[in-house]
Amino acid sequence: MMALPQVKQDATDARLSTLSLPVQDGWTRSARADALSRLTARGLPAARDEYWRFTRPTDLNATEVPGAAPMDESDEAPIFDGIDALTLVFRDGVFDADASDDLRLEGVEISRLASVQGADIHWAKDLYGTLEAKGQDPVWRPFAALNTAFAADGVLIHATGTGTRPICIRYVHEKSDSDPILHHVVKVDEGAAVTLLEAGAPGARFNTVLEADVADTGTFHHVRAQGRNRERRANTHTFGRLGRESVLKSFTLSLNGALTRNEHIVEFTGDNAVAHVAGAAIGDGRIAPFHHDDTVFVTHDAVNCESRQVFKKVLKNGAVGVFQGKILVKPGAQKTDGYQISQALLLDDDSQFLAKPELEIYADDVACSHGSTTGSIDEDMLFYLKARGVPHRRAMDLLVLAFLAESLHEIESDDIAESLRTRLENWLDRHAD
Amino acid sequence: MLEIKNLHCKLEEEDKAILKGVDLTVEAGKVHAIMGPNGSGKSTLSYVLSGRDGYEVTDGSATLLGEDILGMEVEERAAAGMFLAFQYPVEIPGVGNMTFMRTAVNAQRKARGQEEMSSADFLKEVRAKAKDLQIDADMLKRPVNVGFSGGEKKRNEILQMAMLEPKMCIMDETDSGLDVDAMKLVADGVNALRSPDRGFLVITHYQRLLDHIKPDVVHIMYDGRIVKTGGPELALEVEKNGYADIMKESA
Ligand SMILES: Nc1ncnc2c1ncn2[C@@H]1O[C@H](COP(=O)(O)OP(=O)(O)OP(=O)(O)O)[C@@H](O)[C@H]1O
Ligand SMILES: [Mg+2]
Repeated sequence: MMALPQVKQDATDARLSTLSLPVQDGWTRSARADALSRLTARGLPAARDEYWRFTRPTDLNATEVPGAAPMDESDEAPIFDGIDALTLVFRDGVFDADASDDLRLEGVEISRLASVQGADIHWAKDLYGTLEAKGQDPVWRPFAALNTAFAADGVLIHATGTGTRPICIRYVHEKSDSDPILHHVVKVDEGAAVTLLEAGAPGARFNTVLEADVADTGTFHHVRAQGRNRERRANTHTFGRLGRESVLKSFTLSLNGALTRNEHIVEFTGDNAVAHVAGAAIGDGRIAPFHHDDTVFVTHDAVNCESRQVFKKVLKNGAVGVFQGKILVKPGAQKTDGYQISQALLLDDDSQFLAKPELEIYADDVACSHGSTTGSIDEDMLFYLKARGVPHRRAMDLLVLAFLAESLHEIESDDIAESLRTRLENWLDRHAD
Repeated sequence: MLEIKNLHCKLEEEDKAILKGVDLTVEAGKVHAIMGPNGSGKSTLSYVLSGRDGYEVTDGSATLLGEDILGMEVEERAAAGMFLAFQYPVEIPGVGNMTFMRTAVNAQRKARGQEEMSSADFLKEVRAKAKDLQIDADMLKRPVNVGFSGGEKKRNEILQMAMLEPKMCIMDETDSGLDVDAMKLVADGVNALRSPDRGFLVITHYQRLLDHIKPDVVHIMYDGRIVKTGGPELALEVEKNGYADIMKESA
């Protein structure tokens, strides 16, 4: 093994010195140890790493959490409030039992990592850190390994039937220096189905991993809204593995955020499966910096699977958007239908969008397309709306929402999509200048 | 109703004059038609009146019901009663036709200090008016003009006009792209809106439309000016002889 460059070695050593493994690690012990050895061998990212070219990892590496004031979001109804869900609350990464519902849901087995990891065996043993480890190739994702090694808590969801209600993880951020590391595992059995919602910012800086293993004919819907906290730093990973005829849909709404890097790593292992990953991000750099990075890697290793990546960003006042998306079609993955679109709407000349769309195809009978565009508000559309009496501000908002609509379309449930649309409208109202 | 005096405009980006002194008055209750060769400035006049960017008024004035409109924002002109049925209606993906119309109707009402229309009332009205224009429910649900045929777009313009009930209706080649039946529908829609307190300015190349929407006055525009004004017979003359004679006269 080659030694790490000194800067990486130093950064990694420094960061590791601030972290500690859980005392009672039970069935997670070997996964944590493996992840830690991956991390020490390959190190934290440096600004010069190709995969971190558009997003500086400095704040994520920092041993001291860059401060982030919590956000008072009481001026609007909590997101997903209207959705009848089983809710679990984490305050700065710490489970709040009093504020949470009982972990009982028909068709689904729910437990918490921190409370069950002391045992010797658990159904999640085969999964915890497994998809993360697999997702480390061909691209190294250091913060995911760090997460597997040091996660303090998380939710373990095992769908054996059809979940009667969505499960909602509600994050509350109260401390300006919190730095939670949470690791969730979702296992969907053959023919089973479950919906997971995530709401809010888990902390000042947060690192979350979600590993979702969807067995043959299983369905997993995931919708996330990352809170309004402007100064937060985040690196999240969603790993998905799809069996035959299974479905995975994951959508993320991001409003504000000094630094957000959301990574999606999806692999098809069974034929005829469908995976849609999508996101809408909107940022205004006037009050605080906004930098949002969606990094996606979809691997087709089965026949006749459909993948869609739909990522839209609205940027103003110096906001920065990044998209790195790849579709890898392995030899033999015939009849692959891969689609990828990443688009930014720049509301002024100060904002920028950096995109790196990639296709790598080793099968001959596939239909893959990708596109990336950067545009501004269409003057003809704006004039048309105004000529009918729609005030300038409202016309702009309509066009912004219209631009984001294609990504929101990827959400399966209309009610959930509607609750996100309301958040977007409220955001636009607050940023009417 | 609409009074245009000595209106001059040029392109904002370059020194090209387009309107070179337009004089035109449309009285309440009347239908005026403008004809004229391609590139004579008919659409430009409609854009300048409705406030589109890209043109600079260099001289002259335009008032709607006595109020100067050239200094108003686009949406203020609409609320004041100005309506332009576009020569090329714009497609807006992602904005539902119904949402768009309700937003527009209520924005105008609000600007005029009127109460907003309830969803139920709006729905009832839009459905009834759409039916008259043979616009089906599906077209109301779809994004604004997206995937509409040329004729459907034009009918959608008239539906908006019917919903917004403007004071001054400018229609830019609403007849182009319409089949015979659609032309009749559109004309019926327009005629239904004719009233003593509403004015119309109909831009067209063809007598056909004017058979259905009988104009009171016909103007010929050429090189940025109204060069001839007459009764309905003027349109028939153009239809028969083209513009050559008129252009010679005015030269
Ligand atoms: N934005 C623009 N940029 C450049 N030229 C323009 C612009 N708008 C109008 N013009 C020019 O001004 C002139 C008048 O155009 P306009 O569209 O008003 O004509 P029109 O009478 O409506 O013609 P048509 O019968 O073909 O619709 C044309 O020569 C046109 O090319
Ligand atoms: Mg024209």
